[in-house]
Amino acid sequence: MAHPAMDALPPPEVRLVTAPGRVRCFVVSGAWNLRGLERRLAGLKPRLAEYTSDTGAAWDLREVEVLDHAGAMVLWRAWGGRRIPNLTLKPEHESVFKHLDIAPATAPRNGARDPFWIVVAIGQKVLSALDHLATMVMVLGQVVLDAVYLIRRPRRIPWREISSNVYRTGTQALGITALVGFLVGVVLSYLSAQQLKIFGADAFIVNILGISIVRELGPVLAAILIAGRSGSSITAQLGVMRVTQELDAMEVMGIPQTLRLILPKMLALAISMPLIVLWTNAIALIGGMVSAQAELGIGYSYFLSSLPNSVPIANLWLGLGKGVVFGFMIALVACHFGLRIEPNTESLGIGTTNSVVTSITVVIIVDAIFAIMFKDIGIS
Amino acid sequence: MEDYVVDVRGLWTQFGDNVVHRDIDLSVRYGEIMSLVGGSGSGKTTMLRQMIGLERPTRGEVRVFGVSLHGDDAAGLRQIRHRWGMLFQEGALFSALTVFDNVALPMRELRLLDEGLIHDLVMMKLDMVGIELRHASKMPAELSGGMVKRIALARALALEPELLFLDEPTAGLDPDRSESFVSLIKELHLELHLTVVMVTHDLDTLVALSDRVAVLCDQRLEIVGTLDEVVSDTHPFICNFFMGERGRRALEAVKAVKDIVSMT
Repeated sequence: MAHPAMDALPPPEVRLVTAPGRVRCFVVSGAWNLRGLERRLAGLKPRLAEYTSDTGAAWDLREVEVLDHAGAMVLWRAWGGRRIPNLTLKPEHESVFKHLDIAPATAPRNGARDPFWIVVAIGQKVLSALDHLATMVMVLGQVVLDAVYLIRRPRRIPWREISSNVYRTGTQALGITALVGFLVGVVLSYLSAQQLKIFGADAFIVNILGISIVRELGPVLAAILIAGRSGSSITAQLGVMRVTQELDAMEVMGIPQTLRLILPKMLALAISMPLIVLWTNAIALIGGMVSAQAELGIGYSYFLSSLPNSVPIANLWLGLGKGVVFGFMIALVACHFGLRIEPNTESLGIGTTNSVVTSITVVIIVDAIFAIMFKDIGIS
Repeated sequence: MEDYVVDVRGLWTQFGDNVVHRDIDLSVRYGEIMSLVGGSGSGKTTMLRQMIGLERPTRGEVRVFGVSLHGDDAAGLRQIRHRWGMLFQEGALFSALTVFDNVALPMRELRLLDEGLIHDLVMMKLDMVGIELRHASKMPAELSGGMVKRIALARALALEPELLFLDEPTAGLDPDRSESFVSLIKELHLELHLTVVMVTHDLDTLVALSDRVAVLCDQRLEIVGTLDEVVSDTHPFICNFFMGERGRRALEAVKAVKDIVSMT
């Protein structure tokens, strides 16, 4: 069957034909399809409305070259959602109108708003928070059980997964943590130097940088970067596995998800986080040292030799301990949100955002708890 | 003037050292239903994706409605994107939108139709593909695979395309639904003079719909022709494909129907 080229077709048109002694007749002609209507619809609509108010007239569609559902629907709606009685059309166009007959007049509308919606909304938030807490505790409990199981059977420890996760969350994060650590070190040192100059207490730059970076900034900075970087990727990875039914496949095969997916990630982050913290500390201190030399003229050798005296070693252990806990918490939160993702893209996006926001919040809360618990340790 | 809807010339596809298509020419005429068949990994879906411009062939040219998909006619490309529809294998519905909004999206993007007209058109399309209207406000995640597929077809038909691409249209549908899917495509083909290009493994669908069949194997187009011509080809793949147990059953069923029709 030959298909007429679109451009060659006459545009959609409707005109009134009156012959003496006969009924007034509206002749519809041209290409009544979406592409034909594209340019003409705005002009045709008011005329159609005007013509259809003339109820006695006949309609002749035999000059219509092409008719598709959109074109037919425009006419149909102009006729008030029914077939007009005096209608003649090409037999092959008959079937196009057949579909329109069943188009309903009512739109699906969402129900009216509940007057107590605010109570309902708050209640749902609280319930969802409790639910999160409960499932997170369950994941944690399962991981502990798995850990006990692995201690009994050390041959089943998933070394490969752990090592690949250490590489991904640790080694590959060295660059970004170094960059951020160095810049923060430089800025902190520069700003402190400005204040210390006023009091002539230049030598205390070592104490300020040492304590603040080793005890506080290094671990928190590293944890926030890792939460954003590795936490989101863990959540997204688990979420995609849910979407592609990989998690279901594992479950069917009897491969325990927590043992193979979650435990290795938590262990890996607990291993790599303190190392990343150490690395960030070192780079941030180098940054601070460079800046202190430039601003206050404190030599590198003086800086390095006085560092152990001004920063008790307990601070380093505290920082590294925080690193272990942060790593654990980030992995737990990320896995928890990853497992809750539903198989659709929107849930994946929301889950990943929530995971990162929650893990950063958790890091800061845990840090505050550490600060209170160890307030007497490491500060002379 | 454009002679063919889809015109593939000298198409080569290569992934690294692996040649998938070797110098393929294929033309789809106006108003015909063309089926692409071939074994797994013979590059059927790749070819379909090249025909809609999702992938670029290593060499060769694909013209749709006379516009080269990989040329520099940006305005022409925009035009033809409104003239074709694609049904993806897994439906590819936007999971963040309701069923209604999925079908309405292409119409709204046109920025031409008013919301009332869009509403009626969407409801009609959904009704056409056999989706009950109470499902219109559901999210795709709440629906079964078969329903997703039918809604995806409604979306592909939203802009009244002249050319419809189907990737495994009946895979994952129950026999009854496959049957109604086939008759729906047939009906649309008659009503709207649709040109259809489809990739399918389902012999019943293939036999019921195809005007012509193109067989891809050994990196080439082995044969393009009517079903009868293709079936009489002696290439081992074709023999296995059509003359295996399942193939014979499907063909016999068609023959039986034809005999009955000719007797009455």
